[in-house]
Amino acid sequence: MSKQNRRSFLKTVGLGTAAATAATYAPFAIGGSGKRVVVVGGGMGGAVAAKYIRMMDKSIDVTLIEANKDYFTGFTSNLVISGQRSLDSIKFGYDGLRGHGVNVVIDKVTDIDANAKSVKTASGQSFAYDRCIVAPGIDFRYDKIDGFNEGVANSKITHAWKAGSQTTMLRDQVHSMKKGGTVVISAPPNPFRCPPGPYERTSQIASYLKQHNPTAKILVLDDKEKFSKFGLFTGGWKKHYGYGTDNSMIEWVKGSAGGKIESLDVGGMTVSGDVDDYKGDVINIIPAQKAGHIAHVAGLTNASGWCPIEGKTFESTIHKNIHVVGDAAIQSPLPKSGYAANSEGKVCAAAVVALLNGQSAPDPSYVNTCYSVIAPGDGISVAMVYAYKDGKIVKIKGSGGLTPSKTFNVKLREREEHYGYSWFDNITNDTFG
Amino acid sequence: MIRKTIIKSTLLVAGFALGMQAQAAPSAEMLSYTCAGCHGTNGASTGDAIPSLAGLSSTYLVDAMKAYKADERDPTIMNRIAKGYSDEQFELMGGFFADQEVHKNRDQSFDAAKAAAGKKLHKKYCDKCHTEAGTVGDDDAGQLSGNAKLFLQYSLADFHDGSRSQEKKMKKKMKKMLKRDKDAFDLIVNYYVSGKK
Repeated sequence: MSKQNRRSFLKTVGLGTAAATAATYAPFAIGGSGKRVVVVGGGMGGAVAAKYIRMMDKSIDVTLIEANKDYFTGFTSNLVISGQRSLDSIKFGYDGLRGHGVNVVIDKVTDIDANAKSVKTASGQSFAYDRCIVAPGIDFRYDKIDGFNEGVANSKITHAWKAGSQTTMLRDQVHSMKKGGTVVISAPPNPFRCPPGPYERTSQIASYLKQHNPTAKILVLDDKEKFSKFGLFTGGWKKHYGYGTDNSMIEWVKGSAGGKIESLDVGGMTVSGDVDDYKGDVINIIPAQKAGHIAHVAGLTNASGWCPIEGKTFESTIHKNIHVVGDAAIQSPLPKSGYAANSEGKVCAAAVVALLNGQSAPDPSYVNTCYSVIAPGDGISVAMVYAYKDGKIVKIKGSGGLTPSKTFNVKLREREEHYGYSWFDNITNDTFG
Repeated sequence: MIRKTIIKSTLLVAGFALGMQAQAAPSAEMLSYTCAGCHGTNGASTGDAIPSLAGLSSTYLVDAMKAYKADERDPTIMNRIAKGYSDEQFELMGGFFADQEVHKNRDQSFDAAKAAAGKKLHKKYCDKCHTEAGTVGDDDAGQLSGNAKLFLQYSLADFHDGSRSQEKKMKKKMKKMLKRDKDAFDLIVNYYVSGKK
């Protein structure tokens, strides 16, 4: 924060509290005395929370523990599948966070002890915290589809819903598919990470096939009856990929029409629901989801498989002094998106800074923005502004919504594609830079 | 003037807190942090289509947000986002971004010869209002030098075709500039993208 020091930040971010006096933060020595934060998980929510805590208050000791030395963004990974981008372009390391004075530890967290306020890792290290921020992202419910498991996903049938080697595996399968072959995509039930993602993936694969394998087909088998940006996607598919005609490259089957998948036969390259069997030359199954593994180990989840939180601070309603941000949290009406995780990470960071300084958590403000690319020159978006009211996160009436689609505005759609690419540059820099 | 705005709105917020217990009143920082995901940390954009907000004058930013809110500017995502805030909240964000250093995106490519020609055009037609190549927030004009390339192109195109309104004197200057050189937009954009003064 240029032109502004920490003190003026604390004063302004803690508006409305009488406690924002010098006495609340003067006596603490640097680190070790009641101002230690451990962040578990270095994805979109965790990394931005760690960075912003350090931006707001350099006297707080922040350790971020992440299992992988690099992070691949889920958003924009569909453009790697279509070959528009390289995998390297969605890869981010943690040197930026180190530059903010975050202690980055590459290790796997194996346990969080809420009573002892301590985090343990696979290599045997132990980290004490005053407040812990858990941002583990998602895990898959492989058991919902007979015959599908992690081993199958790693060898033949991708989920490609955590980016990295899965992304390039699906890309290579699509690019080497026989002429006129069929890509089957199974889309998951709600709630799941990145609601428009399966449909942008469909669009990006169609964009590739239209150029390189124009007689190929994409069959989208959906657990649901409708999906995010439905009108914009299906409208775009009509415009670019013949959707709705006999010659359509894309067919979408809703849940009640047989789209719900129950089993996978890997050898036969077939998925089955209770109505039909579907054969594919490439099969991509995006499974049903739940909070990331460590959230379950730490007892932060409820019966839904996700983590209940308080929306002003993102503190767990199960364990005190532990906050959960990003896809793992029950943050509705905020979606499980990268931008929402970014917004949540900052609200949580401000709350943690205030609480560690003896103040009450400041009033939050949250935003979601999300771009998808249907075809070259055709970008679409959705946005929403949220506030905290009467103990809940609420949408601000009259704000947000979708790209206007009454008429196909060429100028707007071209610009939205480029705004989407800038969005990518800035959100990744805001998180990891 | 900017600092005054902050103090004024702080008092306003404090008043709210005393008067109405449940009224949520996010601070300038809290509001402005939500912009950073798209516009860069503290409004310093690294993208080539989304503009920087850092260092803009409060007046400029508040006017832009009001125009978006009223659908007076082309329907980008900003029209939908601006409707989520009150005018008082625009003021808070305006104060926050005015307090940041102007950011120049140096990662964009440009043609040096065009930039040199663009510099001459800028000096003749734009410099009076957009002082120091449009890097001084206090002139209440938009940032030009070092701003996002596509954003500069979009803005010029929108001013030119009337989809974004402009002040009379700017319209006149723009007309004169295009009369002198029909490629003027391309030249001045290259100059701005060069980041030079």
